[in-house]
This record gives sequence, C-alpha cells and structure tokens, in this order.
Amino acid sequence: MSQVIVYDSPDRSVEDVTNDIRSKFPSVEVLKVAPRRMHLRAPREVFLDLCKFMKDDLSFEHNSCVTPVDYMDHFTVVYHISSWTNHIMAEVQVDLPRDDPTVDSITPLWGGANWHEREAYDLMGVVFKGHPDLRRIMLPEEFRFHPLRKDFTVGRRV
Amino acid sequence: MPSDEMWINMGPQHPFNHGLWNLRVKLKGETITQAEPIIGYLHRGWEKMVENRTYSQIVPLADRLCYGSSLSWNHLYCLTAEKLFGIEAPERAKYIRVAVLELQRITSHLTWLMAVGTDLGSYTIMTWSIRERELFLDLLCKLSGARMTYNYCRIGGVRNDFPENYERDVNRTLDEFERRLRDLESLMDENEPFLMRTVGIGKMDGKTAMNLGLTGPIMRASGVDMDLRRLDPYEVYEDMKFEICTHTDGDVYARYRVRMDEMRESMKIVRQAMAEAPSGPIRVKAPRCPPKGNAVCHVEDPRGESLMYMVSDGTERPYRLKVRSPNFVNLSASPPMLLGFKISDVPAIMGVMDMCIGETDR
Repeated sequence: MSQVIVYDSPDRSVEDVTNDIRSKFPSVEVLKVAPRRMHLRAPREVFLDLCKFMKDDLSFEHNSCVTPVDYMDHFTVVYHISSWTNHIMAEVQVDLPRDDPTVDSITPLWGGANWHEREAYDLMGVVFKGHPDLRRIMLPEEFRFHPLRKDFTVGRRV
Repeated sequence: MPSDEMWINMGPQHPFNHGLWNLRVKLKGETITQAEPIIGYLHRGWEKMVENRTYSQIVPLADRLCYGSSLSWNHLYCLTAEKLFGIEAPERAKYIRVAVLELQRITSHLTWLMAVGTDLGSYTIMTWSIRERELFLDLLCKLSGARMTYNYCRIGGVRNDFPENYERDVNRTLDEFERRLRDLESLMDENEPFLMRTVGIGKMDGKTAMNLGLTGPIMRASGVDMDLRRLDPYEVYEDMKFEICTHTDGDVYARYRVRMDEMRESMKIVRQAMAEAPSGPIRVKAPRCPPKGNAVCHVEDPRGESLMYMVSDGTERPYRLKVRSPNFVNLSASPPMLLGFKISDVPAIMGVMDMCIGETDR
C-alpha cells in the first residue's frame, strides 16, 4: 500500500515563485500577482523552456486548460497551469501572429494537454509543434474551417 | 495485421457508454492492446453559441452542459462572471450556494451509482439509488422549481432564499439517506461478483494520473489528496469542516469507495452550511456590461476540476468563453487504464468514470 500524497500547506509563496521566473526569464512579463494566482506573458520562443522550468523546478504538476483566443489581429493562447504543491494557478499567455499561429506543444510535458491542444487546433486552427497526434477531435476530418475563429460566420445567429 | 488482432467499435450506441461517444479498442484475443476514445457526436458549438448571448442569457445555457450536475456548472458560470464584473455575492448567498452544491454532488454521485449498478449487472442498485436520488431531487425542486436544470444561481447571488421549513426538510432527508446509504454500500461491498469485477482492475498510480491531468474522485482514488475545495477554496469552503476522501489502490474499487465516502462528507457540509448561514440579502445587482478584461475560475465539480475562462471586450456579450470539462480530460487519460485488461473489464473501468457527454463535447 503506497502513501497518500498530501498537499496541506503551500511550500513556497507565490512571490517567491514569481521572482524565480523573473530572474531566470527576463523576457517573460509578469502581468499580475495575486494570492494563489500568477499571470504571465511569454514570447513564444522561450515558452517551452519556461514550461520545462515550471514543471521541473517549480513543481507545477498539472495543466488545467489550453485556451486559444482570436483577437482578430493576433491569437493569444492562454495556458492554465497549476501547482498543487505551492497552491498556485499560473496563467501564461502567448501571443501568436495571425498568419502563423504556431507554438510549441506542451503535451510531452503534461499529458493532460493532449486533447486541449487537439481541440484548439480543431476549432481555432492553432498548430502545436511537437504534438504526438494533432488531428481534429470534435469535427470530422474533412471539415475545412476552424469555426471558433471570429471571422467564421454562418450568416445567422447561432 | 495478424488475424487474431482486431479493432472493435464500442459505441456510439452501446449499453455501457452513457451518452454518445465511441471507444475503439484493439483486441488480441480478449486482451486490450490499444484503445482510442472518439468524441464529437454531441458537439453543439456551445462556446461559439454563447458569444452571441448576453451574460444573463447564458445562465440557463450553462445548466445544459450536464444534466447530471447542472447546478455546479450554473454556479461556475456565475462565479466566473462575478469575477469579471468585479462584484461579490453576499455572505448568505455563499452559504446557500455551498449547501445546494453539495446536495447536487450527492445527486450526481447517485446518478453515477445507478449507472455503475446497471453496467455491472446489479439492477437492484439502480432502482435503489434512483429512489434515493429522488429524495434530493424533491429538495432541489422545492428550492428552484425544476427537477434537473435548476437555473438557480444568478450573477451576484442566487435567485431565491430557502423556502419555508427547508432546513427541517433537508435534515430529515439527510437522516433518512444516511441510513439508506449504508444499505447501498452493503449491497455493493458484500457482493462477491462486484468485487471480482472491480478490485485490481484499471489501475493507475498517482504520478501518472497527475501528468495525464486527471482530477476529481478518480485522482483521489490514486492516492493524491487533491481537492479544489481545499487547495483553492471558493465561496465559504474554507470555513467548512470536512475530510477529503482518498484511497491508495488506484483501481476501480477505490474509485467507487471514494465517491461513496464523498457523499457522507457532502452531507456534513450541507448540515454545516445550513446551520451557519447568516441572515441577510441573497443577491446584489450586477451591471449589464462588465469592464474589459478576463477572468478565470476553477471549482471542484462532482467529476473533477471544471474551469471557465472568460474574455470581455466591454460589450454585453462575452468575447470568448472557454469551458474546461473534467470528463474531457479524464476520458483522454483512459487508454492507459484499459491496456492489458479484458474487454469485459471495459464497462467497469469506463463506467466508474461517470461519463457525461454534454460537458465533454459542449
């Protein structure tokens, strides 16, 4: 019988964790720090390294969600990554140009991101480099559009 | 492909998958060597649809994400919208929400127990748990006027206060249910075929479960003490005294045990919240349009971590609303649980997940 992994009190404070990120990645912008919350914006070049650092050194164990947002002139992919050990949920925003919506996949780090990235590709057309199986998930393979994009209109109220 | 290997489609119409989804399994003899869940049969474009609705119009739509636990989705939507609007529900409304959410959790778990009962061949457990569930549906019906899609939470509070003598009724129901829960448990735990079909089946250890993004009772059954009601408390869960139910085996039986124990803890929370609820207003007025910005909220749904991310452009309709469904991720993590087990174990492993396709496909 193995032991139960217990997360009763946070090991490190959110300011402490943020300072680690600030010193390691000067190009990452810290938007806001609140109790149990951390909001970051990362350039897509350092994003994968940031995630590796967060996972291996800052004990962010869980990827909650991958949300692409279409702002017409660019895409923003929002990642919600949680650390149960430190009781922090981090929000990492990555801006992508509209004509080249490509970003590194985090599925090799957190398996839980697998279907979220497939969904983001399916509905928004964001391509995740290094994803093991980037296929459509909700819509049929032969579908030619990415319907959650803002320029996709069906001509009537849906 | 050797002749003794074959792919089998279990679904989209199959007695074990509650809802429309398909589980493709590759078999060698009777042993599963590869598995692939396929979803999308119920994809309604919820996230696109809500971009064309005002904030208050989305409240009843959030109910329809899952008919089994509609109130927790309703509540999550209102909680996220409150963050976006920058308002906070009054203290009494928070207590009411906690009490009602836990009633919803019991109802959801009883629906799951019903499904597990039929999947594993015990029709008595189905009829009994559906009968017990009706007790709680009556309570929720008395509160909100609906049996399943309650439309009860509002942005800024709840719709109405408890009806007359509600605390008395709830306590009576809970007393009665506590007795009947023991019956339900003995029906399962002393059932030799049930134990043979669940103990040691569908094992997954805590580290793998964490990496694959599992949450909720399935995660806690793998020996990880992870519950957002404790790790990231919302409403008034910080003040509630309850245990987080865990189990270390990580098999189907452990997942069943965790959910049964959770019903007991939920009853404790309902009693506390009912007794400690202060008097006062139950709703504040929400403005029509929120300021520009975004908000995120995650709560402990009966099935795991559910999250909503909302972006506002300052108009009366959300610019983007993303839903993270716990089942969506739990289902994506199911192939490693199935590998190496027999095809007859599939209903046990997948049935105990509490599948709900409404929230998985959205």
